[in-house]
Amino acid sequence: MFTEILKYRDLLFMLTFRDIRIRYKQAAMGFLWAIFMPMVAVAAGVLIKKAMAVVSGKYVDLLGIVSISVKVLPWTFFISSIRFCVQSLVGNRELVTKIYFPKEVLPLASILACLFDFAVSVVVLTLILTFFKLGTSVYLLWLPVILIFLFMFTVGLGLLLAAANLFFRDVKYVVEVILMFGIFFTPVFYNASAFGNWRNLLLINPIGSLLEALNSVIVLKVHPDFFWLIYAGLTSVIMLYIGASVFRKTQPIFAENI
Amino acid sequence: MSRAIEFNHVWKKFRRGEKFNAIRDAVPNMVRRVLRREVVRTHLENREFWALNDVSFNVEHGEVVGIIGPNGAGKSTILKLLSKIMEPTQGTMAINGRLSALIEVTAGFHPELTGRENVYLNGTILGMKRQEIDSKFDEIVEFSGLKEFIDTPVKRYSSGMFSRLGFSVAAHVNPDVLLVDEVLAVGDIAFQSKCAQKMRELLNSGVTIVLVSHNLTLIQSLCKRTILLNKGQVMKEGPPQEVIPFYEDLIYRQKEEEFRHKVESGAYQVKIQTQEAISINKVTLSTGSSSGQNTYEVFAPISLDIEFEAYQTLDDPVFLLDIVRADGVLCCASNSRTGGVKFETLKGKDALHIDLSQMNLGPGIYLAKISVWDKDMLHPYIIRNKDFFKVVNTKADQRLKGIFLPTITWSA
Repeated sequence: MFTEILKYRDLLFMLTFRDIRIRYKQAAMGFLWAIFMPMVAVAAGVLIKKAMAVVSGKYVDLLGIVSISVKVLPWTFFISSIRFCVQSLVGNRELVTKIYFPKEVLPLASILACLFDFAVSVVVLTLILTFFKLGTSVYLLWLPVILIFLFMFTVGLGLLLAAANLFFRDVKYVVEVILMFGIFFTPVFYNASAFGNWRNLLLINPIGSLLEALNSVIVLKVHPDFFWLIYAGLTSVIMLYIGASVFRKTQPIFAENI
Repeated sequence: MSRAIEFNHVWKKFRRGEKFNAIRDAVPNMVRRVLRREVVRTHLENREFWALNDVSFNVEHGEVVGIIGPNGAGKSTILKLLSKIMEPTQGTMAINGRLSALIEVTAGFHPELTGRENVYLNGTILGMKRQEIDSKFDEIVEFSGLKEFIDTPVKRYSSGMFSRLGFSVAAHVNPDVLLVDEVLAVGDIAFQSKCAQKMRELLNSGVTIVLVSHNLTLIQSLCKRTILLNKGQVMKEGPPQEVIPFYEDLIYRQKEEEFRHKVESGAYQVKIQTQEAISINKVTLSTGSSSGQNTYEVFAPISLDIEFEAYQTLDDPVFLLDIVRADGVLCCASNSRTGGVKFETLKGKDALHIDLSQMNLGPGIYLAKISVWDKDMLHPYIIRNKDFFKVVNTKADQRLKGIFLPTITWSA
C-alpha cells in the first residue's frame, strides 16, 4: 500500500494543495483561519478556568492558560482532520467512480491540509510562547515521537471513518456529535491530574494521553508518563493498522457503493 | 510478447434497487460466508443481475478495437473494470502498459480553481508527472482554445469550455493503452475535427485504443476490429464491415419482437364502443392462388380476404387498410372509397377482397391494419391489429434493403 501511495505522491500533494487553496481562496480571512479556531478555543478555556477559579477560590495561573494553548492546537488538528476525512470519499464522488488511483490519497490529502493549518498555528504559538519566555528544555526531544503517534492515530481513524461513511452515510453525524463533545472528555481545558481518581479513565482516550504527554514536555518540562505514552503509541499503531486494512479491503467496492 | 489487454472469462454482477433492505439482506450472506468459508460467487440473490456474462477478448499492442452495442450491454462496465475502478465478480484481466481512460474527462475539476490550476490537478489525477504537465502546458491550452480564460476559475466556464479543457488535458496524457468512452462528442465542428485528428495521431503512434461509441461511422473509420456486446455477452467479433450490419440487424429484430409483443398483448387495441357495430370475423392473407399464408417471398403478390358482419345498419362505411412496418413506418394506406368499393348501407355478413398485387415490400415483418370508419371518416367502428405477415428473401443472394424494392435500371 505504501509503495503505491508513494508512486502517486504527486497526486497526493496536488490534492493537498487543492484542499488548502480551496480553504483560503475566497476566504476573507485567509491564513488567519488557521489560528481562528485555536484562538477561540483558548478563549473558551480561559473562561472555564476563570469559572473554576471563582468556585475553587484559586487563581487563574498563567501556566494553566499556556497548557490550554499548547493542547488546543493538536486537538484542533485531530478534530478537523477527522471531520474532513469522513467526507473525503463521499465528497469526491466523481474521483472515486471515474478514475483509478489509490483512494487512500483522498483522506490523506485532507489530513495533510489540516497538518498545514496545524503548522501555521504552531508557528504563531511558538512566537507567542517565546515572547512569554516559556523557555525550552531537553524534554522537547520527546516532541517528534508524540506527534508521530498522534499522526498515526489520526490517519488510522480517518481512513476507517472515511470508508465507513461511504457505506453508512450516518457515520458523519455520529462522528460530529462525538467530536463536538469530545473536548469535554479529553483533558484539553484541564489537566488529567485535576480529576484525581478518574485520571486513568481520561487517559484511556489515547488522544488524552498524547495531549498530556505534550503538556508534560512543553509546559511542565518533565518526562511524559511512560506507561501512558507507550499505551498511546500502541493504540496509535493498532488504529493505523485497522484503518488501513479496512480501507484497503473495501476499496474495490467503493465505486459501486458510493 | 504479451498482449496489451487480456480479458478472461469475466463476470460482473450488480444489484438493482436500493443498497439496503436493512440487515435482512446482509445477514444471510454473512451467515453463508461464515458457514461455508467462501462466498458463492455465481449465486444471484434477489435483485442482482449479471452485467457481464463470461466475456473474454484480447487486444494486441497497437490495435484499435471498438466496442459497440445497445444501451445496457455492458460496454461502460468493461471500461470501468479495465481502469480498475471496479473489480470483476469472477474472471481475470491484465493490462500491460500505462493506462489512461477518457471516461469522464472533467471528473477531477474543482470549480473554485482556475483553468491553469485544474490542468495541473487533472493532469496529475490522470497520471502525468508535474514536469510532464509543465512541458505540455502550452500545447494543452492551445488545443482547448481557452488561452484567454486559463486563469479564470472554472466555475465561470460554460459547459462547452469545461468539456474542451477536460478533453484537452486527457488527450495529452500519452499512455500506452487508451480507453475512450463516448467523450468525443464535445465542442463545435472545429473542435471535433481537432479531436478526431488527435485520435488519429495517437492511433498512428502505436497506442492501443479501446473505443466505446454509438457513433458507428467513427468506429468504422478508426477501428480495425469491433466487438459487439449485447446484454453482457459478446455477440460478434470481427472487422467493422461485418459486425456493424450484424448489430443493425440485431436491433431491427429486437424491435420486431417488441412490436409483435405489444400488439399481441393488446397495447395497440383501441376500445371504441362497448357495443360493436361491426366485427371482422376473418382475415385471410394470400399470395396468388394459394391462400392462408403469412410468409411471402419478396416480389410475390399479396392479397387479403376480409369477412365481416355488421350488427347495426351502417351508412356508407369506409374500410381502411394500412400496411405498417415493424418499426412503425407506414408503408402505404388505402381505403375502400378511393378503391371504388361503396357500401350504401351495410347490414349482416359480407366479404371484401383486397388485392395488393406486387407490392415489392422489402424483407421484414409487417402489420396489415384493418379498420372500418363512418362515412365522414371521423370515428372508427373497429380497428384490427392482428394480421402480421412476413416478407423474406430466400432466393436472391444479395442483401435487399429498404421499405420498397422498386425495379431500378442503371445504364452507362
